[in-house]
Amino acid sequence: MNLIAQLEAEQIAALGKDLPDFKAGDTIRVGYKVTEGTRSRVQNYEGVCIARKNGKGIAGSFTVRKISFGEGVERVFPLHSTNIDSIIVVRRGRVRRAKLYYLRSRRGKSARIIEQTNYRPAGQENA
Amino acid sequence: MLRSGIIAKKMGMTRLFMEDGKQIPVTVLQLDKLQVVAKRTAETDGYTAVQLGAGTAKVKRTSQAMRGHFAAAKVEPKRKIAEFRVAPENMIEVGEEITANHYFEGQFVDVSGTSIGKGFQGAMKRHNFGGLRATHGVSVSHRSHGSTGQCQDPGKVFKGKKMAGHMGAAKITTQNLQVVRTDADRGLIMVKGAVPGSKGGWVTVKDAVKKPTPENVIYPAGLKSLDEEAKRLAAEAAAAAAAEEEAATKAAAEAEQAALEAAENEAPAAEAAEGGESDES
Repeated sequence: MNLIAQLEAEQIAALGKDLPDFKAGDTIRVGYKVTEGTRSRVQNYEGVCIARKNGKGIAGSFTVRKISFGEGVERVFPLHSTNIDSIIVVRRGRVRRAKLYYLRSRRGKSARIIEQTNYRPAGQENA
Repeated sequence: MLRSGIIAKKMGMTRLFMEDGKQIPVTVLQLDKLQVVAKRTAETDGYTAVQLGAGTAKVKRTSQAMRGHFAAAKVEPKRKIAEFRVAPENMIEVGEEITANHYFEGQFVDVSGTSIGKGFQGAMKRHNFGGLRATHGVSVSHRSHGSTGQCQDPGKVFKGKKMAGHMGAAKITTQNLQVVRTDADRGLIMVKGAVPGSKGGWVTVKDAVKKPTPENVIYPAGLKSLDEEAKRLAAEAAAAAAAEEEAATKAAAEAEQAALEAAENEAPAAEAAEGGESDES
């Protein structure tokens, strides 16, 4: 392992985040710390994860899309951001793409994602 | 007071997540066996400087002349050598090793290195020229530069005219980069932002010239010998403190013992007194 990879692994370990297993197509709820003046609170942002980038590394990020007041909103979160309080998987979706950018051009019924009923955590597939 | 800079190796870039939610892009620089190889003094050379060497070179790939130079300094052959001007009072002894403690977190530094070579490039990429128009009769030369001068008078193109040519592979200094973190054990310095050159390239780091010199920089340099000295002193102080504490506890125990004994001595007397009282009643 080269020095940079080692430093990144150390930093991920030091941050000590317990990230759930989720991928594009899953509906997730992100608790994001918002600082207003002096006090900070946790703001929930729920939507469909339409992309994950750069894997589980320190540079990893994911995009969450939701329809807010009839307007499509997308937010990109760094996976290891200290501002993220929690990530909760609300619903597992069955999709055949890694990036669901096609959802941007769809509305309503056609923008639905079928629920994945036979979900098994990645680590337990062989068991 | 001018103090020495350092030679470091660019290891690559990463990001740091801070407690307040900020993320900082950092370049990781590594100090690899950075030692003083020679001194330049006013008497012998007319100026004062230290010559530093970093990395390790194979002996068989080191020229005979350089082998002699390294042997004189009693250091292993170095991969990269650079000179840093210093004030006479900040001279460092030959053979001393400089550590990452040379810089502290939050300090501003200037980093110089050889930029990545781009080869022969056009005026648009090399000098940010605008190029010619896409239409309106322009043919073939959409990315060319425009006019390069006047007419029969002066009848020549002035020297230094910006034109296409070789780009990159030049010495570039990036000023006022902030040191975000240092790690003396592994010899790492993390500076905010990008640094010239490719991964594995050598760069030199100096205190920022455009910022006032911070008060808490180490003079003459962050040396390994100083670190060891400090560590030794700290260990000694800790040992002394431990000894003192032990002595104190011993003294306290003794005092307690004495008090107990005294109490024991007093007790019979008190009993005797009580006995006397009971007799009286």
